[in-house]
Amino acid sequence: MSAITPAIAPPTQDHLPQLHRPRNLGMALDLDWVARVQANTSAIERRANTLPGRRTVKKAYQAAWLARAITLIDLTTLAGDDTEGRVRRLCAKARQPVRADLLGALGLPAITVGAVCVYHEMVETAVAALAGSGIPVAAVSTGFPAGLSPFALRVKEIEHSVQAGAAEIDIVISRRHVLTGNWQALYDEMRAFRAACGPAHVKAILATGELGTLRNVARASLVCMMAGADFIKTSTGKESVNATLPVSLTMIRAIRAYEAATGIKIGYKPAGGISKAKDALVYLSLMKEELGNDWLRPDLFRFGASSLLGDIERQLEHHVTGAYSASWRHPMA
Amino acid sequence: MTTREIFDTMEYGPAPESAAEALDWIGMHGPAFGHFIDGRFTAAGETFATRNPATGAELAQITQGTAEDVNAAVAAATKAFPTWAKLSCHARAKYLYALARLLQKHARLFAVLETLDNGKPIRESRDVDLPLAQRHFYHHAGLAQLRDAEMPGHQPLGVCGQVIPWNFPLLMLAWKIAPALAAGNTVVLKPAEYTSLTALLFGQICQEAGLPKGVVNIVTGDGRTGEAIVTHLGTAKIAFTGSTAVGRRIREQTAGMGKSLTLELGGKSPYIVFDDADIDSAIEGLVDAIWFNQGQVCCAGSRLLVQEGIAGDFHARLKARMAKLRVGDPLDKCIDMGALVDPVQHQAITAMLAANTEGEVHTAPVAMPEGGCFFPPTLITGLSPAAPLMQEEIFGPVLVATTFRTPTEAVEIANNTRYGLAATVWTENLNLALDIAPKLAAGVVWVNATNLFDAAAPFGGVRESGFGREGGWEGLSAYLKPSVKRMAIKRIAPFAAPKTPEAPPLDRTAKLYIGGKQARPDGGYSAPVWSKRGKLLGHMGIGNRKDIRNAVEAARGASGWAKASAHSRAQVLYYIAENLSARAGEFSQRLRDLTGCSKPQAEAEVRTSIARLFSYGAWADKMDGRIAQAPIRGVALAMREPLGVIGALAPDAAPLLGTLSLVAPAIAMGNRVVVVPSRAYPLAATDLYQVLDTSDLPGGVVNIVTGDAQELGQALAAHADVDALWSFTGGIDHAALEAASAGNLKRTWINTDTPDWSGNDGEGRCFLDQATEVKTIWIPYGE
Repeated sequence: MSAITPAIAPPTQDHLPQLHRPRNLGMALDLDWVARVQANTSAIERRANTLPGRRTVKKAYQAAWLARAITLIDLTTLAGDDTEGRVRRLCAKARQPVRADLLGALGLPAITVGAVCVYHEMVETAVAALAGSGIPVAAVSTGFPAGLSPFALRVKEIEHSVQAGAAEIDIVISRRHVLTGNWQALYDEMRAFRAACGPAHVKAILATGELGTLRNVARASLVCMMAGADFIKTSTGKESVNATLPVSLTMIRAIRAYEAATGIKIGYKPAGGISKAKDALVYLSLMKEELGNDWLRPDLFRFGASSLLGDIERQLEHHVTGAYSASWRHPMA
Repeated sequence: MTTREIFDTMEYGPAPESAAEALDWIGMHGPAFGHFIDGRFTAAGETFATRNPATGAELAQITQGTAEDVNAAVAAATKAFPTWAKLSCHARAKYLYALARLLQKHARLFAVLETLDNGKPIRESRDVDLPLAQRHFYHHAGLAQLRDAEMPGHQPLGVCGQVIPWNFPLLMLAWKIAPALAAGNTVVLKPAEYTSLTALLFGQICQEAGLPKGVVNIVTGDGRTGEAIVTHLGTAKIAFTGSTAVGRRIREQTAGMGKSLTLELGGKSPYIVFDDADIDSAIEGLVDAIWFNQGQVCCAGSRLLVQEGIAGDFHARLKARMAKLRVGDPLDKCIDMGALVDPVQHQAITAMLAANTEGEVHTAPVAMPEGGCFFPPTLITGLSPAAPLMQEEIFGPVLVATTFRTPTEAVEIANNTRYGLAATVWTENLNLALDIAPKLAAGVVWVNATNLFDAAAPFGGVRESGFGREGGWEGLSAYLKPSVKRMAIKRIAPFAAPKTPEAPPLDRTAKLYIGGKQARPDGGYSAPVWSKRGKLLGHMGIGNRKDIRNAVEAARGASGWAKASAHSRAQVLYYIAENLSARAGEFSQRLRDLTGCSKPQAEAEVRTSIARLFSYGAWADKMDGRIAQAPIRGVALAMREPLGVIGALAPDAAPLLGTLSLVAPAIAMGNRVVVVPSRAYPLAATDLYQVLDTSDLPGGVVNIVTGDAQELGQALAAHADVDALWSFTGGIDHAALEAASAGNLKRTWINTDTPDWSGNDGEGRCFLDQATEVKTIWIPYGE
């Protein structure tokens, strides 16, 4: 049996950097394209509202999809009271996010989360704690969450985090450039951040809750991709409105348009507010429907979430035992 | 597949909704079903099978309703009517409220039964059909409650015969039964023979609601049963939703029977995408437009019109979207398209596509279930407007496409159809959207959305998509009539020629009035008009069908009148009144000569005529539309639009006032009129053209053709470019007129009773309602 079953790929293969997929080098800022972008809010909301009723997975499919969702989580701690101990615990959870007996019962291989996401000061601790796991460390950067520290310092911050071992940098854009329609400034800023990242992949956090309109979200998405973002990400988790389905639909349609024009696949990361297993399944079907199966892998899709994992663990146990689970039956971070 | 394999492939799996409860219900009450008549289920008679189109499996046996069954149902409804009609509004409202609640309580049973019987995806029956049906009963519970307060002076019609289609079986039942009951009518409803089960379950709900016996009767069967209902002398109104062909037959069959009639028929609705639209959203909208309910939707956006510059990109992205559609078991909660309702439908669509020789056919590369009545999502691009597939309703998941260059051309192509049910416009330009929407020949227009429905928003068509509205106050009024007493119209014969004619001092020739010019009758014949005392008053031209042709052409050409501001139309009406007033003496003398009435009577008629013109001058800018309170962020505008060209056969009684009582409301609302004056007293109307000539009325807005009312009426009834026919004339064959109107399914208002023209009943909303059609424009908004 094992002879004809393909070898279980080690989780590291799914992780960045991927050699087979070309990185986004960006392109010249195309203001005509930016100006042409339309986003009809009511229509986007209708699609977002009906999608959960159009797609669903049940039984083994649901379990498998939820396990997949775990591999896409950027397990995150971004709190003022983070300590090295706290981060090490998080990293331990990242290595074994689900009880081994549950995975065994489901016939699933050992899995890890997609990445661990921390502030710069915690990067070295996280890198050390994750050594050998293949799990990348992502650092939020550039004056996260407001992005209003001096520009030079924001660039420096990226460089420090990369030096400290971060493989992914989650930058925040200057919302004011979007709100004033200064696309050139947004493009230049993103270009500089991208350059500072070097080999590290860059996720552009748009803070969509502060951009005012879906049209702005669509245009900002496009400009960041033109400037070389590897991922676009909704939110810092600190805005009053974080990832929503309409915002997600708007951003992934921009990703689709960018791919159609350049052939380059850009990753997507919704962050904040996704805490239920059911929500995760809706997001996965959204990605599958609008972009395709490539976006169900960690090199092109991540959940920025901290409490989602717990709910998925309970659902997986329910799937195995047939009885509803309790949070304390699953190891905490 | 193992969990591990799914983890790698991330495919969708089966997600079936259980059919157990619905099958249990069928087993418990069937498998052979009778009718629901007089509050109880009858024993099954001669039956036929109803099948699950997804599998071909027989679900139940349905009784073929006989003429006796229909008699029994109509008798029960007739018996129940007086008591039901006399109930207080609140009492009726409580029953409708109970029906709404029960639909909610049994929602899943209804949804699964609907999907089993019809083949539509469970998602649609669960998330669309059922919520809309519930909402319809809730809304109409409210309309029932408010009927007397808001529509005083109205009464229900009686027994309503209702025949509904198979594409939205329960929802169409709700659209029919809720307003009928709210207004105080009783009903005999026939579901389509493919999909009777939810209607029968509804019968059970009526029992649970304690609805009085006979108020709702459900008779199952095929077209023969429908025909028995439609032609039954005991039904006061027929409401039909279905194909244009059957609608036309119903119009012919009911001609002259005095039944009110509303028809909601087929469509070939345009779906217009401008180059500034949110393209991804417009493409997603197409999924709801043409792949909703397998495209078996009368208002499906089935004709795609894309602005030429973006067509290539649009079609490519549309094809990519089509590849993501999932076709399969309708009970699966993870599919987009289920089964067509019956193999007959599958064959019809297949045959239409096989006959097509134009364009490029793209079939979505999707996995198709084996067996069952499934048809893949299909797109045909590059068709010309002349292609049969661009003209004919396919009623399946087949989208046909062409391109346009300018907004004007988009409207031309969109309106190049016999139908006029719905239209969709996608643009981010508010100016463009609001300019285009009123220009589209359709009863419903959706801006940046499609297939939005609500109980509060009127729905219905123009042209061969039928007439009448369902939903809201407008829909309710289709089940009510004024309670005022009217008199039977009597024919008045012209005065006979005397033995010794008395010639006038100077010959005056009344001509026809066509396109703002006096015209000699095409036939070259005239008839003398005699006074009561045998004085020759003059001659009237004897118009024929060619004069009607010319008049209609002139009327159609005067389309600028509809675009003139209501204020301007009012000014013209006041001006006509002013000029008539200036010649009041001459007109009253004419009336005395023509009719032999007294001087005070003649003067009163002229005075009232002037007042009537003032009334409609007043109304011109006050027949407001409304904003329907549909549950969307946006507005659903229920706008009043003119019908277009109205043919009017004027009454003999009150020859001046009667003529103006038809012409004035028509033109006040922006219509153009071809009026046939009284044959007995034609000169009062022909004298009018000199008044019209001096009143700034554009040529062609009012056309006067004298002659034989039956012959001219017949020509108007059959004319495909006439939008409505009114008659208040006596001694004519109503059946022949109404039968002829079936050609283009024009609205008819052929009266056997007459109001007192000199009184309040001779003017007002009743006439304005007839002079307008409601167009519902849905404008969701939000940034």
